[in-house]
Amino acid sequence: MPRVKVARKSTAIDMTAMCDVAFLLLTFFILSAKPKVPDPVKAVVPASTAIMQIPETDFAIITVGEGKAFYSIEGDDLRRATLETMSAEYKIAFTKDQINKFVHTENFGVPLNVLPQYLDFTSDQRRKYVQPGIHVDTTKENELANWVLQTRKADQALRNVELRIAIKADAQQDYPIVGEIIKTLQKQHVDKFSLITSAKTVAK
Amino acid sequence: MAELDTSGGGKKGGGKVRTKKASTRVDLTAMVDLAFLLITFFILTTTLQKPKAMDLIMPDKDEKTKDQLPVAASRTMTMLLGANNKYIWWIGEAGKSAPTVEKSYAPNVLRKLLADKSKEILQSTGKDMFVIVKPSDKSKYDNMVTVMDELKIVGNQSRAIVDIYPSEVELLKTDGAY
Repeated sequence: MPRVKVARKSTAIDMTAMCDVAFLLLTFFILSAKPKVPDPVKAVVPASTAIMQIPETDFAIITVGEGKAFYSIEGDDLRRATLETMSAEYKIAFTKDQINKFVHTENFGVPLNVLPQYLDFTSDQRRKYVQPGIHVDTTKENELANWVLQTRKADQALRNVELRIAIKADAQQDYPIVGEIIKTLQKQHVDKFSLITSAKTVAK
Repeated sequence: MAELDTSGGGKKGGGKVRTKKASTRVDLTAMVDLAFLLITFFILTTTLQKPKAMDLIMPDKDEKTKDQLPVAASRTMTMLLGANNKYIWWIGEAGKSAPTVEKSYAPNVLRKLLADKSKEILQSTGKDMFVIVKPSDKSKYDNMVTVMDELKIVGNQSRAIVDIYPSEVELLKTDGAY
């Protein structure tokens, strides 16, 4: 009796479908990915059960950590308009190059008189430079109040919407500076603002 | 894993020169490898849990007008947030009711306290409890957020963050929470 021969099958598998799926997923992740901007200071936000999403436009964040305040504005045009009015307000001239650099600066924490110098730094120098934070003191110098005010005005002029402001503070930050910021906002009658928190579920 | 060339060898001898019939199959192994590598990278780098925003609405602070409605002291709860995760609270007017010192912001302490008290007040006065939160200079930001969040969880509608008075700081000191 002749031996039953097992037919030799090809080891190659059709990978077209797998390849399709892989690239579909890849496309999805690339499109949904948003480059993460590193915080200027360590700010581990406290957890809360709030579920509101953070808006993507018309938004400004005041980051607080290590007792210092940092400011960031969403949107290139808004940043440009804010800097222009700030420079007129404080009579500090910025070169075209510096304005362009500011437009691409995600966040900063330097007083306005140091800002031109800070903008001229290379990215390497910026990393090494310890930012002193923006002055926020309701009794004395309060640059942050002006930044917020000018951003709000710029947002009104550009898009005719009210700017939303959020405070992103480190959970272990002592309360006073946060209190000062809240007071600063209230002085401008910004009574509604957001606190950025990480999500947690309600433990029963 | 390239496919084997199964078409016979070259033609021997004369005759027409035919072009080899190439297989239309492309080896996708490397491409799939690369795609999965990139997927892994993007999955790991994207932040899946985006931070959320908690809205905080402060009462309008107008120094000129004094048209604020008085709230009955009997349904007002005052909380002073002190150092080292301690806080004191009382219901009613300051000085008249003895403050209680609490040492934990954990849900089983704070949420229970808030839920119990608001229920008591609702039963005795028929109105909602009004909570005044006064964070002291030594309290942490986290404490304030926790209190506001717990108040939201128990369904409290009227709450406010108010500046602390020096006399209340003294009170925190005497209770060892400052």
